[in-house]
Amino acid sequence: MIPAKANPTMQTAKSTRGLRVKNAAIGWSFVAIAAVMICLFYFYPMIQAFIMSLQSGRGTNLTFVGLENYARLLKDPVFLTTVKNTVIYLIIQVPIMIILALFISVLLNDKTLKFKGFFRTAIFLPCVTSLVAYSVTFKYLFGQDGIVNIMLMKMSLIAEPISWLTDPFWAKITIIAAITWRWTGYNMIFYLSALQNVDHSIYEAAKIDGASPIQTFFKITIPMLKPIILFTSITSTIGTLQLFDEVMNITAGGPGNATMTISQYIYNLSFKYTPDFGYAATVSYAIVILIVIFSIIQFKVAGDKNA
Amino acid sequence: MLKKVFGYGFLTIAAIISIFPFLWMIVSSTNKSVDVTKGRLLPGSHFMENLNNLLNTVDLVPALMNSAKISIITTILGMLIASLAGYGFEIYQSKTKDYLFNFLLLSMMIPFAALMVPLFRMFGTISQNAPFIGIDTISAVILPTVTTAFLIFFFRQSTKMFPKDILEAGRIDGLTELGVFFRIYIPTMKTTYAAAAIITFMASWNSYLWPLVVLQSPENQTIPLLISNLGSSYSPDFGVIMTAIVIATLPAALIFFIMQKHFVAGMMGSVK
Repeated sequence: MIPAKANPTMQTAKSTRGLRVKNAAIGWSFVAIAAVMICLFYFYPMIQAFIMSLQSGRGTNLTFVGLENYARLLKDPVFLTTVKNTVIYLIIQVPIMIILALFISVLLNDKTLKFKGFFRTAIFLPCVTSLVAYSVTFKYLFGQDGIVNIMLMKMSLIAEPISWLTDPFWAKITIIAAITWRWTGYNMIFYLSALQNVDHSIYEAAKIDGASPIQTFFKITIPMLKPIILFTSITSTIGTLQLFDEVMNITAGGPGNATMTISQYIYNLSFKYTPDFGYAATVSYAIVILIVIFSIIQFKVAGDKNA
Repeated sequence: MLKKVFGYGFLTIAAIISIFPFLWMIVSSTNKSVDVTKGRLLPGSHFMENLNNLLNTVDLVPALMNSAKISIITTILGMLIASLAGYGFEIYQSKTKDYLFNFLLLSMMIPFAALMVPLFRMFGTISQNAPFIGIDTISAVILPTVTTAFLIFFFRQSTKMFPKDILEAGRIDGLTELGVFFRIYIPTMKTTYAAAAIITFMASWNSYLWPLVVLQSPENQTIPLLISNLGSSYSPDFGVIMTAIVIATLPAALIFFIMQKHFVAGMMGSVK
């Protein structure tokens, strides 16, 4: 009691430090479960996958083979096809979807637009479907005698049914159409909420300066939304590189391997063909590397426009 | 004027394309398979017949129950773990914890396809010692997917806006640190939890790849697995399949319509 009275500031300093140490321990215990779970179910398996990628063999009978799997990767025609397919989906589908979503959000941001709520909800609606449910629906919509062919023929746009699912070219188009249908509304919501934060007077100023709507779109809207466009293009890229549910349920990778994705190849290597976990793990790392490469490219592209 | 017409025209077409598969799905669930193949777009009167056929050919109710069990447990546990962590990272902020936080965020870049093989082997090993959480159990579906860096990030972002004075008031009233979290933080953050609940529930209800890998016996299958199996059958009954899809889509669609605002808030939480 007496020293405390004699030097009250020191006493407070000591007790806050004590509190801080105690709080630090409590703080760590708050984050501990999550940290352990993520290390256990994300980082530890990634290390395991790397070790497995240096091994080969059937099922659980793995022997160390060094970098042999990685050499095999570069000569594996199926792997190269799946990379090609995945990259085709990526470079065609992601830009189409983002431009479409941007365009729709600009139209919806018009203050004088009527039925705005209806349009927004309708276009967002596909996001509530499960990937499997919508994929199976699309498989039948785009069947040889499916409703899409029936309607296109009734409208005389095509003379005979298109083989949406069994022709290598059209099958890719079907997959791209399906993903675009499912995700455009999702991206639109991001742009719409970003646009609502843009000061309207900028558009007024552009109008007075005589800018056309197209100029306004490219010179004002896109630069203003750049951070969110970068965000959505990176999430879409990661999503597309992992594409599985749609291809599995619409075309099952066919015809041949014409629509097969990398994820599906990993699945097939592990659970469909004679299991080769070592090689499957090697293919897994290919996706990780692709994600890193594409993310860096997107950051670079966004950075250049800044300058 | 021309711009207006073009705008309405474009939006109308986009809306029709967005809604059409839903309409077709619902209409087809009321029609016979033959009529569906003929391209019938009018509602029929065969819904009950389709439903009966569906219930007779597949284990729909058990699959719904499995999906519900997995989604509810994942949602509750996932929110608890992630909100504890998000709160911890923000309220007890320190440099080391920030490093850990950034490190945990890296896990968002890891594609699930890269994890599935090592996870499958991991649960294979677990099966030998503790079969009740090993391969082909609900726990094996839940455990690897319950904690996501995204949700931790989401809760941390939301906690930034949290009025910290209330926490201090709680401490002065004699609440423990955990008491403050449960008695003050959780009730105040109801809308954040609602948004987190919707995104977690929908992701879990719809998840396909990991359950496909880890659930092997038919009695354990979830709704997406059931629909996928129906869809890949050689002689599909379209009316029956569309009925199954309508039933699987309804819960998610209903939750979405009731809590639309929270859903959008949850999406936005990722970019704040």
